[in-house]
Amino acid sequence: MAPEEICKLLTTEFTDAIVKTVVEGAHPYVQVSPDRWPDVARFLCDDSRLGMNLLRSISALDLLSDDRLACVYDLMRIVVDRPDVLITETHEFAIRVETDRNEPVIPSVADVWPAADWHEREAYDLMGIRFTDHPDLRRILCPDDWEGYPLRKDYEFPLEYHGIPATTEYELPNPRH
Amino acid sequence: MSWIENRFEEGLIVTSLDWAINWGRSSSIWPMTFGLACCAIEMMAVGASRFDIDRFGAGAFRASPRQSDLMIVAGTVTYKMASRLKRLYNQMAEPKYVMAMGACTIGGGPYFKHGYHVVKGVDLVVPVDIYIPGCPPRPEALLEGLMRLQDKIRHQTRAKTVMTKAKEVALS
Repeated sequence: MAPEEICKLLTTEFTDAIVKTVVEGAHPYVQVSPDRWPDVARFLCDDSRLGMNLLRSISALDLLSDDRLACVYDLMRIVVDRPDVLITETHEFAIRVETDRNEPVIPSVADVWPAADWHEREAYDLMGIRFTDHPDLRRILCPDDWEGYPLRKDYEFPLEYHGIPATTEYELPNPRH
Repeated sequence: MSWIENRFEEGLIVTSLDWAINWGRSSSIWPMTFGLACCAIEMMAVGASRFDIDRFGAGAFRASPRQSDLMIVAGTVTYKMASRLKRLYNQMAEPKYVMAMGACTIGGGPYFKHGYHVVKGVDLVVPVDIYIPGCPPRPEALLEGLMRLQDKIRHQTRAKTVMTKAKEVALS
């Protein structure tokens, strides 16, 4: 399906959930309100026309000037119908979900696409977006006791971690040995 | 002809204890497998036949800190890894040596300014004997570092040493 058709289908199915549609350009997407996002995700995955069975990536965005955080879900359809051809009949589309920057909460879609599990953990780890109903929302890269969310634009680097001095200046800290 | 000559049977070797122990230690530096990033690829190359670290008796890469003498910290040390690194260092038996291989390990390297997660030099975590610059260092550079470490071991002594001011500061 072309992006325009996907857009039209989603708009007719979820009139109240669609906030914004962008069809032109290299990366067409639809912005969905966070409270309806699990329903839209379930529809995208299960509908026979769409059949978006692959969540390719989740990108978390820090919109500092708007005081918002956003997640962009890149979805793809992969159909295997012939044994000699691995992938046929594909289309792709993106969904954008925005949330408040001070209280960032987005419903989890890990039950729709299992790939979302670790991607959401990464978005939580580095951007601080909390995903409700996530099976295991822990930090995935940083240590468990890490403070702050490193990829936010207003993140301040730690000056010390467990007794190891760090620096934000070009001057080296003195070794302790 | 002095009093000691012509007194021992053939096959007896006379040497100093320091020399013998240092010779043994410097000729069998067993490194620990501690590759953290791309520097580890160069370390593997050094272990393979083309560069062949085995010529120096240091080819026995051990997977356990208890069996190794040298920790080649090859790669980016993150704060998360630092506690593990320190634990592994503490588990090594004396005498133990640490080689800081590559720019990241020496001082944070390319992550110095904008890496929130990288330790700005592994010498902030464990004491380092040899620094090998490069990003990553050539295998020859690692071999050179190993030879300098051998030099260092050869000059060790079991005799009482004078505590200098610098050493006092370093140990405190």
